[in-house]
Amino acid sequence: MGALLEVDDVVVKFGGVTAVNRANFTAERGQITGLIGPNGAGKTTCFNVITGLQRPTSGRVRYRDRDVSRWPVHKRAKHGIGRTFQRLEAFGSLSVRDNVRVAHDIHGGPLAWVRPSGRTSLEIDVLLDRVGIAEYADERADSVPTGTARLLELARALACNPQLLLLDEPSSGLDETETDAFGELLKDLAAEGAAILMVEHDMDLVMAVCDDIHVLDFGQIIASGTPAAVRTDPAVQRAYLGYAETDHEGDHTSEMGAVS
Amino acid sequence: MSSLFAFTLLGLFTGAAYAIMASGLVLTYTTTRVFNIAHGAFGMVLAFTFWDFTQRQGLPTVVSLILVLGVVAPAIGWFIQRFVTRGLGEGPVSVALVVTVGLLVGLIGLAQQIWKPQPRVLLPFYPETGWQLGDTYITAHQVITIVCSIIVALGLYLLLNRTRIGTAMRASVDNPDLLKLFGGRPDTVAALAWAIGMSLAALGGILLTPVVGLDYFSLTLLVINAYAAAMLGRLKSLPLTFAGAMGLGVLESWAVAYLPTDGFWSTIRPVIPALFLFAIVVIMPQAQLRIGQVKGIIAAPVPSMTRAAGSGGVLLAFAFVLISLVSRSDVLLIGVAATYAMVMLSLVLLTGYGGHVSLAQFTFAGVGALAYAKLDEPNLFGLAMAGLIAAGVGALVALPVLRLTGLYLALSTLAFAVLMDKMIFQAEYAFKFNGVLATERLSILGVRIGSDRSYVWFMVLSFVLMGLFLLWLRRGALGRLLIAMRDSPSGCGTLGLDLRWFRVGLFSLSAGMAGLAGGLFAGLRGTVGAADFLYFQSLLVLLLAVVFGVTSVTGAMLGGTALMLLPVWQSSAPSLAGLLFAVLGFGAVLLGRDPNGIANHLFKLGRLGTGRLLPQWEQQFRLRLDGLLKPGRPAPAHSIDRVDEAVTEPMTGPMNQGVS
Amino acid sequence: MSVPILDVVDLHAAYGRIEVLRGVDLSVPKGAVMALLGPNGAGKSTLVKVISGQKEATSGDIHLAGVHVRNAKSDDLARVGLCTVPEGRSVFPNLTVEENLRLMSYAGVPTAAILETAYSYFPRLHERRNQLAGTMSGGEQQMLAMSRALASDPALLLLDELSMGLAPLIVEELYDTVARIAESGVSILCIEQFARTALRVSDYAAVMSGGRIVATGEPGEILDTMADVILGGAA
Repeated sequence: MGALLEVDDVVVKFGGVTAVNRANFTAERGQITGLIGPNGAGKTTCFNVITGLQRPTSGRVRYRDRDVSRWPVHKRAKHGIGRTFQRLEAFGSLSVRDNVRVAHDIHGGPLAWVRPSGRTSLEIDVLLDRVGIAEYADERADSVPTGTARLLELARALACNPQLLLLDEPSSGLDETETDAFGELLKDLAAEGAAILMVEHDMDLVMAVCDDIHVLDFGQIIASGTPAAVRTDPAVQRAYLGYAETDHEGDHTSEMGAVS
Repeated sequence: MSSLFAFTLLGLFTGAAYAIMASGLVLTYTTTRVFNIAHGAFGMVLAFTFWDFTQRQGLPTVVSLILVLGVVAPAIGWFIQRFVTRGLGEGPVSVALVVTVGLLVGLIGLAQQIWKPQPRVLLPFYPETGWQLGDTYITAHQVITIVCSIIVALGLYLLLNRTRIGTAMRASVDNPDLLKLFGGRPDTVAALAWAIGMSLAALGGILLTPVVGLDYFSLTLLVINAYAAAMLGRLKSLPLTFAGAMGLGVLESWAVAYLPTDGFWSTIRPVIPALFLFAIVVIMPQAQLRIGQVKGIIAAPVPSMTRAAGSGGVLLAFAFVLISLVSRSDVLLIGVAATYAMVMLSLVLLTGYGGHVSLAQFTFAGVGALAYAKLDEPNLFGLAMAGLIAAGVGALVALPVLRLTGLYLALSTLAFAVLMDKMIFQAEYAFKFNGVLATERLSILGVRIGSDRSYVWFMVLSFVLMGLFLLWLRRGALGRLLIAMRDSPSGCGTLGLDLRWFRVGLFSLSAGMAGLAGGLFAGLRGTVGAADFLYFQSLLVLLLAVVFGVTSVTGAMLGGTALMLLPVWQSSAPSLAGLLFAVLGFGAVLLGRDPNGIANHLFKLGRLGTGRLLPQWEQQFRLRLDGLLKPGRPAPAHSIDRVDEAVTEPMTGPMNQGVS
Repeated sequence: MSVPILDVVDLHAAYGRIEVLRGVDLSVPKGAVMALLGPNGAGKSTLVKVISGQKEATSGDIHLAGVHVRNAKSDDLARVGLCTVPEGRSVFPNLTVEENLRLMSYAGVPTAAILETAYSYFPRLHERRNQLAGTMSGGEQQMLAMSRALASDPALLLLDELSMGLAPLIVEELYDTVARIAESGVSILCIEQFARTALRVSDYAAVMSGGRIVATGEPGEILDTMADVILGGAA
């Protein structure tokens, strides 16, 4: 049996610009996988391809050993792929609690609509407490701070019991204490068996919680490995700090050739 | 063979005029993201203006043409962009739709007011001149039409590709903010696009008037032809729009030539644009979900179920008293108001809660009425079937369109309304042309609700039940889902909601509610015909629903009452009939940006009243009473609780005025 | 000392209730190149939006060459010589290269002069002049965007994340262009994630974090602190 999620040679082109260029990576059950890279490297586009919001130009997405590349968004979600968004997609005019309740409504199907709401309410409160936003339960989602809204999106995704959880910059907007608590929560979730794939800019958090890291640059995976291996990789330093004096990887020559 | 050539040629002439009109529509839509449903209506008003200049003022044709195309039309376009549609493109599609529907209705009213109904003829250009080409006779007007379309095509090409302002127009389609950073002015560009678009609407209208007649409605409906043509180019590509227009013209011409002149096939010709449109929509690819933050919207308050039930009870009691007091004809009017109010309730679900706009809601009522009449089962089963059939038809309409975005749905419903109005309702198996079907009053468990008074009261009861049902939905899982879907479709999709089927279900439920209203309406009237369900009525239903508040049950009730009163007032002052439409239409232009409408202002007033003024009054009242009576009477406090059920107060007012 | 070309004083801006700029003070001397660095979410792009008139400030002042310009409209600013190259691809993808160039004349320079400057500096653009800008590679699109800065002779050039999503060699080339523009006396404020590349061409640098400028100085001093800020001390 392969990894829970396998991204296989995915290419996404917007006009003449290649946003994702033959990306290959995996996410395993029970592990936290980091997807990092500079701005515009194609991380969010990868997430959109995995969840079905963006159709790849070529390549495949395999999930639980099935090719899901042509599945619509909602079908992938029903099969356990959950996500949060970098640009928030919380339901602004609903309360925080109702945001999670909607996830329950959708996940449970029409039958859940007539289920007595008492038990659901309890489950929701437990979930809100777990991600640490119980105090905001009755506020409108468009009036809570960004960090809280991100945690709300996480709670909403968790309400559907995902097997694969994609988190797009989940810690931005959180302070240090909140980030630490969030890191612990991620470890717990992974220990319960979920596969977590996370785009994140807070390197302290990434280095602390990830089992595995893929570094994306110009749409390509330029390095993969454990946090320790990735942080000393010269290609990664180059991607982040723009070292210029070094020789260039063969993969970039096509782009260079077009210009020089 | 030669006749095929002749008819193709004739089709190309009409197509050329469609192309002129459609290119104006595409120009304004692409540069400002506002789809102008009133495009045809502007063409109509400007054609009337042209008639006025040439026939009434007696100006030479060329001078009139220059005045209309070069002065009046651009000025109107500039004005509309500056003061009406600016900023609409960035907002929700539903608001832009309501505003331009408001313009459409307002322009029809204006035209009726300025140019009272009477036969008018606008002759073709050089009516005496023509040439024989083989066995085909070509008029000068046709040649002029095709020359004009070539000039328009060339002119637009040169403008958009060879001038800086034209390039800026295309640039503002791509990215208006970047254009500003370049130092360009998107607002100037938009104003120019509207000015040109309006001139093209005028030219198209003037060229087509000899073909379709100088008529308020036919010219207005040309927007469907233009839209259908533009859809081939996905509302973006001008060359494909021209191709679509020519194709449509030729199809129409062939239909005239080769379809039988009687029976079913003869009714197809007027609806060819609508059919053409549906065919294109079906082959369009599915739209992808878009990501991007959507702000929550403030909606009208949702009353608790007990409060809503209380309000409903008060309304029923009030209606009972009212019905027993007024004359028979007024009782029937109350029934009509209840029908409209129920149809508007279906819009509360679809538009107010769901964010989709339907321009065919009263047509679904017509489907329900037709089903009720045809089934001839004047009981709850027949009524339920009326609702179910309307719901099924609604699903069929929505299914191909809902893969696309809200704009396409709304425009396709307009095409559907015209299709039903001009073809299906008038068919032999339906109401027949100018015909009516007899209907029976409803029986419940064998008890026939025969008398007018009891039947109308039953309709009010149905409205109350439907309103309570709606509020129950809104408070439950479905209501949450609707709001969630409006706030973030992508969020819903990634949680596992199949948006397409959910929307189809929503649209279908809404159509079903309208169908029920239609069934009840059929029972009320005793006879129903195609004339009761003109497409135009659906536009009025939408406008009044939005003006009075499409997010609340109270708004539906007020809107239904107002729509019932509209023809009453119009017949009491026939000279001002058009003006009323104009006021309503342009009023909707002003109020359309706030879907919560008048009802929400009443709610606020109610809260203000109960929150501040009433306690003050109460205190003064008590102080005065204290002088007269013994102290310690708790009654005033109790009465405040009653008025606190704010919904009932404003509900009853206008109805009272209207009927007495 | 002469009047700075750009002077930002205690600038605040917010998205809804969330304050993104919390009192920014920044001054770019005339003729200088200043690099503005900082981690994601520090408010760099928001600062560019406010300076260029795309977003309203809640309080504070902006002076452009001594003139108070807070909340001026972006098209007016562009016409008086502020050239902003925003984040992402700042070209019109559905217009040809030449049409893109022609629109640059809104900034006040004749079209012929713009075409000449652009084509002589980037011969590649001349080869592709009738191609749609959106179908070119990222580097070529950025060349086209830079042509506006080159040809319009702005008073101040704002560059936001020029290097986003581009290969290092192309970024180097683009910064050679930036250096050349700077030599002609244009003042430049450039926002960048590629710390080293940007610092190579700049006279001064500022580091932004949490909506404030937390450090300013010579490029050399700033570079040492950057690795810490971006890679979280891991580098």
